[in-house]
Amino acid sequence: MKYLGITLERPKIGVFGFTGCEGCQLQIANKEETLKNLFNSIEVVNFREISSDGCDDYDVAFVEGSITTESEVTRLQKIRNQAKILVAIGACACLGGVNNLKSRFPLSDVVKEVYGMHPVDTGPVRRLQDVVSVDIDLPGCPISKSEFEWLVRNLVLGIKPQFPQYPVCVECKQQLNSCVFDMGMMCLGPVTRGGCNAICPRNRFGCWGCRGHSEEANFESLMRILRERGFEDEHISERINFFNAFNGIL
Amino acid sequence: MDVKIGKPINIAIDDLTRVEGHGNIKIRIENGKLAECVWEVVETPRFFEVMFKGLSIEMVPLLAARICGICSISHALASARAIERALEIEVPGPAQKARLLAKHAETLQSHALHLFFLVAPDFLNAHSVIPIMETHPHVVETATRIRGFANMASDLFGGRTTHPMVIKVGGLTQIPRKRQLKALAKDLDATIPYLSDAFDLFKTFTMPDFIRETEFVSLKGKREYPFIGGDLVSSDGVVKKEDDYLAMTNEYFVDFSNSKFSRLSRESFSVGALARFNNNYELLHPKAKEAAAELNLKPGVHNPFFHNLAQLVECVHVMYESKEMITALIDSDITQHETPYRIKRGEGVGAVEAPRGILYHHYRINEAGKIERSDCVIPTGQNHANIYYDLHKLVEKLIADGKEEEISRLAQMLVRAYDPCISCSVH
Ligand code: SF4
Ligand code: SF4
Ligand code: SF4
Ligand SMILES: [Fe+2]
Repeated sequence: MKYLGITLERPKIGVFGFTGCEGCQLQIANKEETLKNLFNSIEVVNFREISSDGCDDYDVAFVEGSITTESEVTRLQKIRNQAKILVAIGACACLGGVNNLKSRFPLSDVVKEVYGMHPVDTGPVRRLQDVVSVDIDLPGCPISKSEFEWLVRNLVLGIKPQFPQYPVCVECKQQLNSCVFDMGMMCLGPVTRGGCNAICPRNRFGCWGCRGHSEEANFESLMRILRERGFEDEHISERINFFNAFNGIL
Repeated sequence: MDVKIGKPINIAIDDLTRVEGHGNIKIRIENGKLAECVWEVVETPRFFEVMFKGLSIEMVPLLAARICGICSISHALASARAIERALEIEVPGPAQKARLLAKHAETLQSHALHLFFLVAPDFLNAHSVIPIMETHPHVVETATRIRGFANMASDLFGGRTTHPMVIKVGGLTQIPRKRQLKALAKDLDATIPYLSDAFDLFKTFTMPDFIRETEFVSLKGKREYPFIGGDLVSSDGVVKKEDDYLAMTNEYFVDFSNSKFSRLSRESFSVGALARFNNNYELLHPKAKEAAAELNLKPGVHNPFFHNLAQLVECVHVMYESKEMITALIDSDITQHETPYRIKRGEGVGAVEAPRGILYHHYRINEAGKIERSDCVIPTGQNHANIYYDLHKLVEKLIADGKEEEISRLAQMLVRAYDPCISCSVH
């Protein structure tokens, strides 16, 4: 395999978790039918959630979660120094994700509200790329197993992974799904990057942007449509800022 | 390891493996006596109780799910239930059934992950499931089949296996169609035989011999083995209403943990499969009772390692009960998937039996339908104190039996038996 100028055969991988729910890591262990094939093409040397073998000799690091403490910064830097390729997995790692919702309040109030006077180490929510250089962002909350496997295949074959740049709407329409707008619901599908097969609209729930924004997203026309349909700015803003995916455009 | 009494022993297990989240075990033995034994919860908090603040109730179950990647369905359900009770919303019958099916799918998925991937390696002398794929392919096949069904069911009732978008305030966005339900029932029929393979495997494992009497806390079932809502009960005889959960949880701080600890009638209590089994045995499905008998498991068990076996019995229960509920759902009106509601001021508690034990969400909602205050009490948070005292007693017993070399391995297995969900406990 050759990617980013690096050649690898049956790459050794490590999976690491920071501030998050471990849902992304779980997707990797999930759906065992394909696990055997996956483990034939890669060697898992460090994956604390499922294995007691902890080895620091890995080529590719898959990293879940946001960075919220100084000790996490140090741990992430160590991983960056070791890994030839560092992949951020999931909205928390790529965007800050839902963790960012705490940033609406001053940090001191945040700690006091949950822990009272009990001391707890926490800081602002950072994406991995705010702390170290990241080679690939694998989006989603959670990531999808099939997209993870697709990425691994690309890495093993040395192909630069090309993520879809078109919006969720494209996949939604391809599947002849009825648009949730017509059911009176809000949807961020027009501005969110595809690749999830429009799983939320397919389940009669509007997209809320967990994969980040698509290329050339036209926010102005989205806002116009949403306002025309009678959604209030406050409501729209809550949707848009949920995963911290749209740089706070509203 | 050759250990002489009198020589100090230090055991430090940083970042215990094959559990969800980050926790450390620290044990120090001096002059043949236990000098220190702590269960440190070092996971970094995310402050969900703050994150909920100001959010519209519509978004709350979706955020609640993100507390935990393994039990996201339970969090979404406890959250929706708390809001529904605050706003006095009655969820339609078919939606209640579909919700319980989503719940069962999660229980099965979570228990099977724990039993086959996290626990079995300890008994098969492996560090993970990866070598087991080669040495015991049949074990992995059994796990794959059982979890395959569970995944299919959670895809169907929750929208996906993790972070369901189908569970919403008032009910569900949709209930699967008859055709899908029939296909699921067929897969379930084909999966049930694999349960006996799972039993054959676990019957060959000897659970370590260790007992510490404790209090067990769970929902109190009336006619059904309880998973969603109802009164709260403890094996020491405490009974409380769902709204009165704080009287059951009594959270407090300890300085070595980022998760709060809990107590009730004693220094600690236990929640989870074993608590449910002990408190509600009579309500188990007859097939699950048979399965328990096969494992010689009777209510009143105080060996924490038997959490594993209670989980296995629950796998039987949820599979057989799912079978009956899918059949019932096929014949019900699936257009009854939600109740429209009106926003008003209110306060409510939702209690749900998550795979690892009883879980509470509690919200105060303002007249604009936004969260003013919230509180979540997590199963593993309630178990931490029990784990802590168990560890003490286990280590003391092993010292007394002259089995110091077993301490590290058994201490890890003990914590693992609780199937702790550490990042969830430090939400
Ligand atoms: S991105 Fe979502 S699923 Fe992944 S760790 Fe964060 S909250 Fe969990
Ligand atoms: S439901 Fe959403 S993603 Fe699908 S077509 Fe409508 S706006 Fe686009
Ligand atoms: S539809 Fe939107 S919110 Fe749902 S998975 Fe896709 S990108 Fe994420
Ligand atoms: Fe809490």
